[in-house]
Amino acid sequence: MSGSSGNGKGAAVRVRVERGKLFLPIGTIILFLLAWDVAVRISGSDLFPTPIQVAKGIKELAEKGLLLKYIVASLFRVSWGFGGAVLVGVPLGLVLGWFRPAFFAMNPLIQILRPISPIAWIPVAILWFGVKDTAPIFLIFLASVFPITVSAMAAVQNMQSVYIRAAQNFGLTGFSLFRRVIFPAALPQIITGIRIALGVAWLVVVAAEMIAVNSGLGYLIIDARNAGKRYDLVVAGMALIGAIGLVLDLLVRRLEKFDEVRWGYGQR
Amino acid sequence: MANVEPLIRVRDTWMSFPGKSNGKYVHVLENVNFDIRAGEFVCIVGPSGCGKSTMLNILGGFLKETRGEVRVEGAPVTGPDPGRIFVFQENGVFPWLTVEQNVGFGLLARPEGEREQRVKHYIQMVGLTGFEKSYPRELSGGMRQRVEIARALAAEARVLYMDEPFGALDFLTRLKMRNDLIRIWQAEHKTVIFVTHDIEEAVQMADRVLVMSRRPATVQAEVVVDLPRPRDLDAPGYLEARDKIFSIMGMDAHGGGAGEPK
Ligand SMILES: Nc1ncnc2c1ncn2[C@@H]1O[C@H](COP(=O)(O)OP(=O)(O)O)[C@@H](O)[C@H]1O
Ligand SMILES: [Mg+2]
Repeated sequence: MSGSSGNGKGAAVRVRVERGKLFLPIGTIILFLLAWDVAVRISGSDLFPTPIQVAKGIKELAEKGLLLKYIVASLFRVSWGFGGAVLVGVPLGLVLGWFRPAFFAMNPLIQILRPISPIAWIPVAILWFGVKDTAPIFLIFLASVFPITVSAMAAVQNMQSVYIRAAQNFGLTGFSLFRRVIFPAALPQIITGIRIALGVAWLVVVAAEMIAVNSGLGYLIIDARNAGKRYDLVVAGMALIGAIGLVLDLLVRRLEKFDEVRWGYGQR
Repeated sequence: MANVEPLIRVRDTWMSFPGKSNGKYVHVLENVNFDIRAGEFVCIVGPSGCGKSTMLNILGGFLKETRGEVRVEGAPVTGPDPGRIFVFQENGVFPWLTVEQNVGFGLLARPEGEREQRVKHYIQMVGLTGFEKSYPRELSGGMRQRVEIARALAAEARVLYMDEPFGALDFLTRLKMRNDLIRIWQAEHKTVIFVTHDIEEAVQMADRVLVMSRRPATVQAEVVVDLPRPRDLDAPGYLEARDKIFSIMGMDAHGGGAGEPK
């Protein structure tokens, strides 16, 4: 039923597209690394590293046991802060989207707090929690709870009313109405909000670790700079952050492939 | 007989929506009156935008009339009721559920065996066998509409409110669905209120056709179609009823027609 291309021509085109999906980005990245390498050599900089030096830096970190330790430290903070944001944001957003008085009461406050950059909260977080894991976890929570809440809220408010009417017609009220109709109808948009939030959380953990703690990938960057201008390790940290960010996004994207939510993303 | 209250009684019913500018109202229904007896198959026809869906939504409990009396099964309508299922003009099938989960949606209180059997039966009736595990996004618009119809029928409602349910179907499927619906209605003694803008469709199915006027709408005529089923589309009685409705709506059956509008 779904786009099964039986004839040879369609299959050939698809193989070509699949190969293109793999080889084109790899080609781009190789070109990028070459241009980087050439630029460093031409400029004659002895501080800024070439890609090879960065790779060696990553190897050095791995051998010292810091690589795994810092990645785990960062992911640990993101897991707690982001997980907490999902647990709070989804139910809160659903309730605010459904109950008009709750929306009118809470929405202005949310819209005032939302544009404050999580970075601006760093001093406050340190004041409240000290230089411990709690501070970055709090900041990550803060950064991701708003996109999640707002997307869940908007999903309920923009839901096609025919779903609600059909559900009510079958006698659903209260919690079962939420569980069987409102939540599944809102889920595609909630997942989109979660994806945005995870991206933001990953941005924020790095910033928070530069200031509030002494472990993690953000700390690696600032420490490598301060303790001996090790720019190979600075860029190694950046490369790791980028690669892990990509993996996280790919993981969340897999959620969008489930049959229960695929209807919500249009034709791709 | 005269003292028995009809299944549905609509008296002096008015409906206005708040308009775009403050204080202005869009008057949609004006002094609507009709009765529907238990077991009747009644079609409501009228020009598009006249208020057919509005009237049906009031009967279904999704809208509250501005003024008037709307009683269904002996009581004023206060909201939707699982015994009276609505088939929506804008498809109301849940896209996150498979075909069989949709059809079984109103049956969750039933024992599993009975539920499965009913689901199977109605999926077969609407010709979707083989698509039980499909999701609505994998189906055509017509197939989705058949899912919704199966869902309504499986729920064993006493009353069906159908708002242009066959509008999205192709010609042959539409003919088949009309026959199937008539068969179910005859077998299961339901009351059906069926909105359509297709006059031929109304005359092929209904015991009685209520013809609504332009907005603000009222029931301007009632045409009884007392013909045996299945109906012979060349019978004089059929043609007579059809032409009567066409002329009430200010059209002639051949030429000025809204016979099969798209
Ligand atoms: N919720 C609403 N608010 C304002 N106007 C409405 C609303 N629902 C319907 N209308 C108006 O009422 C009129 C009748 O609509 P409807 O009942 O859908 O017509 P029909 O089903 O006969 O085509 C239309 O002019 C429409 O614009
Ligand atoms: Mg309508």
